[in-house]
Amino acid sequence: MHNKTLADIIVGLNNGDFSSVEVTQHFLGRIKAMDGQYNSFVTVTEDAALAKAAAADQLRASGNSTVLCGVPIAHKDIFCTNGVRTSCGSKMLDNFVPPYDATVVDNFSRAGAIVLGKTNMDEFAMGSSNETSYYGPVKNPWDTNCVPGGSSGGSAAAVAARLTPAATATDTGGSIRQPAALCGITGLKPTYGRVSRWGMIAFASSLDQGGPMARTAEDCALMLNTMANFDPKDSTSIDRPVPDYTAELQNSLQGLKIGVPKEYFSEGLNSGTEQAVRDALAEYEKLGAQLVEISLPHSHLAVPAYYVIAPAEASANLSRFDGVRYGYRCEDPKDLRDLYMRTRGEGFGDEVKRRILVGAYCLSAGYYDAYYRKAQQVRRLIKQDFVDAFKEVDVIMGPTSPSPAFAFGAKGNDPVAMYLEDIYTIATNLAGLPGMSVPCGLVDNKPVGLQIIGDYFDEDLMLNVAHQFQQATDWHQRTPEGLE
Amino acid sequence: MQWETVIGLEVHLQLATKSKIFSGASTAFGAEPNTQACAIDLAMPGTLPVPNEQAFRDAIMFGLAIDADIAHTSMFERKNYFYPDLPKAYQTTQLEKPIVGRGHVEIELADGSKKSIRIHHAHLEEDAGKSLHEDFHGMSGIDLNRAGTPLIEIVSEPDLRSAEEAVAFARKLHSIVTSLGICDGNMSQGSMRFDVNISVRPAGSDTFGTRTETKNLNSFKFMEDAIALEVERQIDLIEDGGKVIQETRLYNGDTKKARSMRSKEEANDYRYFPCPDLLPIVFDDDYIEQIRQTLPELPDARRDRFMEQYGLSHYDANIISGDANVARYFETAADSDAKLAANWIMGELSARLNADDMAIQDSPVSAEQLAGMIARLKDGTISSKMAKEVFDAMWDGEGDADSIIEARGLKQVSDSGAIEAMVDDVIANSPQQVENYRTADEAKRPKMLGYFVGQIMKASKGQANPQQVNEVLLKKLNELL
Repeated sequence: MHNKTLADIIVGLNNGDFSSVEVTQHFLGRIKAMDGQYNSFVTVTEDAALAKAAAADQLRASGNSTVLCGVPIAHKDIFCTNGVRTSCGSKMLDNFVPPYDATVVDNFSRAGAIVLGKTNMDEFAMGSSNETSYYGPVKNPWDTNCVPGGSSGGSAAAVAARLTPAATATDTGGSIRQPAALCGITGLKPTYGRVSRWGMIAFASSLDQGGPMARTAEDCALMLNTMANFDPKDSTSIDRPVPDYTAELQNSLQGLKIGVPKEYFSEGLNSGTEQAVRDALAEYEKLGAQLVEISLPHSHLAVPAYYVIAPAEASANLSRFDGVRYGYRCEDPKDLRDLYMRTRGEGFGDEVKRRILVGAYCLSAGYYDAYYRKAQQVRRLIKQDFVDAFKEVDVIMGPTSPSPAFAFGAKGNDPVAMYLEDIYTIATNLAGLPGMSVPCGLVDNKPVGLQIIGDYFDEDLMLNVAHQFQQATDWHQRTPEGLE
Repeated sequence: MQWETVIGLEVHLQLATKSKIFSGASTAFGAEPNTQACAIDLAMPGTLPVPNEQAFRDAIMFGLAIDADIAHTSMFERKNYFYPDLPKAYQTTQLEKPIVGRGHVEIELADGSKKSIRIHHAHLEEDAGKSLHEDFHGMSGIDLNRAGTPLIEIVSEPDLRSAEEAVAFARKLHSIVTSLGICDGNMSQGSMRFDVNISVRPAGSDTFGTRTETKNLNSFKFMEDAIALEVERQIDLIEDGGKVIQETRLYNGDTKKARSMRSKEEANDYRYFPCPDLLPIVFDDDYIEQIRQTLPELPDARRDRFMEQYGLSHYDANIISGDANVARYFETAADSDAKLAANWIMGELSARLNADDMAIQDSPVSAEQLAGMIARLKDGTISSKMAKEVFDAMWDGEGDADSIIEARGLKQVSDSGAIEAMVDDVIANSPQQVENYRTADEAKRPKMLGYFVGQIMKASKGQANPQQVNEVLLKKLNELL
């Protein structure tokens, strides 16, 4: 059962091979039995899931089925869930129960999906290893001594360990693609504005974007069909029809032009990772695609620009956590200043504090022009690199992350080494472009991800490109040892 | 030494939109604390702002009314500071691309001279909530009903040279925005608040002195007093060899004293940056033009029309037309007699409203009721003195003028036969006074009429038409000469 894809489960439910209650019980049972090893869930909503599954079975029996009727999924704990604790991986929100659903949560609810629970994540989505979570690190199902990547490490590990067929996630600088790569699953960060940010707790508002994680491109397409919409509650949401993302999956790749940026195969790239990516590119040539070497000349500026813009926005976004209205509040504050200092001092972890400090510094009088304004100028140059590239090619490909999963603590004391984890993913967030990671090999029995970057709103083409690769290869079907 | 005062104003105007600038919560005044704050206003995690189009229309309307440039692209910035009544810990405001650019407002001074005051810009922003420091036993209460209420902040150039000019300017703004209907103008509820930047310099100097800012004045009177106080303080300070330091000051209208709130060194670094949750908003010429077509009559045009249409003096027309609500009231009350309506509004009505700290739109005597009373005054049914009684009764809610006149038997006697009889009686019963009148110098006689009039009014229990009494009395006495 747990090796079935989302698409398989929909077919099985439709055929009456099994009920939603059976599927839901199966995954809840696995979470209960196995998640002690991975720590991928922070909240399991067993009772609500089973009740909704029973209701879904009745709906289906009465012929009122919806597109994901009775299909179990999980939500990253960054999406607000009405009546269910939404922690964002932080002590600050350990007691926070939202009185509203995120638009993404509402979309899945209306589509009939069953929510198994909320997945673990780096605190406020700040991290590339899931080591910053208040609820402890998530372990990589391929090697529990290694990180799953971050910040959506809980969603990635849960999908990789077959604890859920699919999960929602978010990506600000690589938080969907990098953990997808490190856990050997498929993840898609859509075009900025494609998925509503209403109810998705903000890290860096101009970069944050929700997207799906699943085992296959086809499942990501099914997830995105429900996840994406124009939302008047989000002013940055884009009013544009949502296509059926499964419609183009079978298209031939004959004549597809794949841009291969030379900057993505440079110093710092693990040789095994490089080989796996080169092999994947060769596979695409076999499928009829044409490789074109391109240049994205400002790539080296992406990480520095990102680590000005993202912390700057975060420093303002996280100021609301002040102990006044909700969330953590320190014991017995003696005055207002004490309330602020201890609430925030005790409620936030180190990485969050580091980024708030960096962000506040970059925005300070006398530094704004040198840091924030300059970073925004760089951002425009990076975007222009891609705009120019997409005049020549249909998609861009390269590695998702510079190396496979690393051991816990390996980069814990070196923030910059950790930040370089996202060296290939960050530029697409700065440009607002869609990006994907698809399993394309194993190095020392640890997965490698192929990154596919598309032009604005080309998610359907990217999913087609990924799906065709998955028809020709079986990397996405590889399973961590002991989980087959 | 002769000193010159230099003043610039920052005016915060609450827009009269039904809902908040970035949420759907109501902006109505006076609700129970925290009942008009939704998840967005409370800055709950994951919530996002959606701009209220009406706030932009209002701001553009204001810009057009002061002949300002309207920005075709408008952006919002975040102004970061921590305070419990600022839920997001940043105020969403405009810095680099305010919606209203340079404009000007013409003011008229007591001596009739006119002066044009330049507006530097006006921008949209959200109001904060309120901190309540009383009644919480050493703690503070927070009311977020006001949080997110749309404001326009209007920033003038330092073109004002006296408290009189500053007040005239503030009144003119009040007049413009209430005429436009974009603000209710209710100052006691905080709908319009003034920050005053004040400096002094030797007369004839062309450099500015160091300025201070006195914040949050919410009446014209407080503004006038606060300016006088601060100008005096600065001059005394400099003449005693001291220096004015740049600081923010608070004026207390009750104690008529001001104190320093914070100096420039203690000022916050607000770390402004563009709000990533709100994309730049673009207005095309058609949109702005369409708003221009909806501009109502502005105060200056209305004043001229009142002089033309109702025959009011320049002075009266200025007062009556200045406040849009007063102007509206006047135009209804003027139905019977415009001049009388103007006098009653500027006299009795405004005295009663001031005494009860009430706005004219809340007056217990409606414009229709006042018009009804004036009709009876004009047709002679009641005297001015009776009118005062009728007005008081209307104020107390006893109904309209006709029913009060009826109920109280207030009709004045205008029957000429009855009045002649009363005059004859009094003349007959006052031989000595008649004799004095007959023998007095002609110049002194008018003054002597008072006695007779008094007797007649007494005899009629105040109901004789005084004008008729005067006429008949004069005629009869002159017959005796």
